[in-house]
Amino acid sequence: MMSVYIDFIRMRFLTMLAYRVNYYSGIAIYAINIGSAYFIWKAVYGDNAVLGGMTSGQMSTYIAISWMARAFYFNNLDQEISREIRDGSVAIQMIRPYQYLASKMMQGLGEGLFRLLLFSIPGMIIVALIFPIRLPLDPLTWVAFIVMIIFSFFINSQINILTGLSAFFLENNEGLMRMKRVAIDLLSGLVIPMSFFPLWAEQILSFLPFQAITYLPGSVFTGNIVGMAIIQAIGVQIFWFIALLLPLYVVWGRARKRLFVQGG
Amino acid sequence: MNAIEVSGLRKEFMVQKNKLGLKGAFQDLFRREYTRLIAVKDIDFTIPQGEICGYIGENGTGKSTTIKMLTGILVPTAGEIVVNGYVPYKDREIFVRGIGVVFGQRSQLWWDIGVIESFQLLRKVYRVPEADFKRRLDDLTEMLQIGDILNRPVRKLSLGQRMRCELAASLLHNPSILFLDEPTIGLDIIVKTEIREFLKQMNRTYNTTILLTTHDLQDIEALCSRVIMLDDGQIIYDGGLEDLKLRWGKGKEVWLQFGESTSIERLQLLTEGLGVIWSMDNEFSARVRIPRGEEIISQVLGSVVGQIDIRDVKITETNTDEIVREIYRTGSATVQAVPVT
Repeated sequence: MMSVYIDFIRMRFLTMLAYRVNYYSGIAIYAINIGSAYFIWKAVYGDNAVLGGMTSGQMSTYIAISWMARAFYFNNLDQEISREIRDGSVAIQMIRPYQYLASKMMQGLGEGLFRLLLFSIPGMIIVALIFPIRLPLDPLTWVAFIVMIIFSFFINSQINILTGLSAFFLENNEGLMRMKRVAIDLLSGLVIPMSFFPLWAEQILSFLPFQAITYLPGSVFTGNIVGMAIIQAIGVQIFWFIALLLPLYVVWGRARKRLFVQGG
Repeated sequence: MNAIEVSGLRKEFMVQKNKLGLKGAFQDLFRREYTRLIAVKDIDFTIPQGEICGYIGENGTGKSTTIKMLTGILVPTAGEIVVNGYVPYKDREIFVRGIGVVFGQRSQLWWDIGVIESFQLLRKVYRVPEADFKRRLDDLTEMLQIGDILNRPVRKLSLGQRMRCELAASLLHNPSILFLDEPTIGLDIIVKTEIREFLKQMNRTYNTTILLTTHDLQDIEALCSRVIMLDDGQIIYDGGLEDLKLRWGKGKEVWLQFGESTSIERLQLLTEGLGVIWSMDNEFSARVRIPRGEEIISQVLGSVVGQIDIRDVKITETNTDEIVREIYRTGSATVQAVPVT
């Protein structure tokens, strides 16, 4: 059965290849984002060596790696799912002997792997040549980081799927999807690292799943989280991964019921 | 063995009732009212293995709802369904492995990549062994003539090419039942004919049961030995196509042109006792309506031929289109008078 799901990764990979222009424009957008963030933070730092517990060098690395990780974990599963719910094709997929959400998750992974291989890795090499970025030397940090962005992918996709499924219950979930997108970019630490938020906000955010998407893996990569704290950070990710399974299970159960009884 | 058994099948939907005006909209915020819509009203039918059955009816009479229940997409409100030995909505995962479905208005292929990729995915989804898959694909490719478009992305195919690929996709796992929801919609006459031929061939070779909905009665005439007609959620006819024509058709009409002037009285006299109705176009041509029975035609012609010089003959039959249009128009109310098998 697993081979089916692996095939979904392959199918999405091929689909992505069919749209190369999208891919090139993505490179430009990410280059602009990383570049502008770099110069803004450079201005913010000024003569300060350390701000919010990060050196300016760590900050540059953090920005670069956060955007590159985003290329991997980011996907449009929410929009895909809600479109399929609205046009009714989700019902049609019920005649196939596989799990709809699992197939979507795998397609998201295919998209992520495509961008990781053809975008993030070459992009990171180029960025490392232009900006003063320090890559971690300890191979264990790399291993931890790779494990962590896989969890970033899962947590982000779980949130995406939940947002997408809301189309079953809301007449228009456009606003919710937009809100989610901004929330993830802002509250995950992509735009501003957690440690720059006021203490009260930082504390609130540490109880939300978003920081597990960008901030935790980014901090491990830059060396702001070291030693046993890395294990703890992965623990937080595992916690959110499991915790989000429950609403997913409940919402999908209700959605299916609605689908099978009311026809969507 | 029966491929499909349905009894007392019923589907109700709860439809939100919107109150009128601003006040109504406010009331809706707090208390929603729902009305019950019965899409399918306690229908029964049985389709034996290997039959091609047409499922027809006007838009919104519950055809698609029935198909969705039969394929396990919708749970019925009441009644029994057994398809292929399974209850579709209960044993969905295993059940769907034995059926093929094509929705004419919705593609099930991956839009942006080569057709063959979708087929490969389906091979894995349905766990078709490599050798079986290859043989099957070769057969289907040859029958549907899709060999040279297999590598093209679906979005670059014409509707006819796409529909042929959809059919192939639905049959790769050799299902014993094929559900087709408007398979020929929007296709040109040549593609339609080819698809009909293909379906007949599949039915002959593999004894595949086919249930199709359509608005094109030519599909029915070309393919179906049996028709189920639905109106307002109820079955108003279930039986052979010939029977339908016999029951609702107005028989045959023979048009005659004569070499000499004649009168209606003379014609009536010649065919007395045969129960046919004459009408004159002019003194050189006449029409005779023959309500029932093929053998009457020859008797009518026989009794006229020796007596009057005939120059031309044309026999016309009320076609299915007209019959069905007539039934749709009158609806189920007048149908009460006609016994339904």
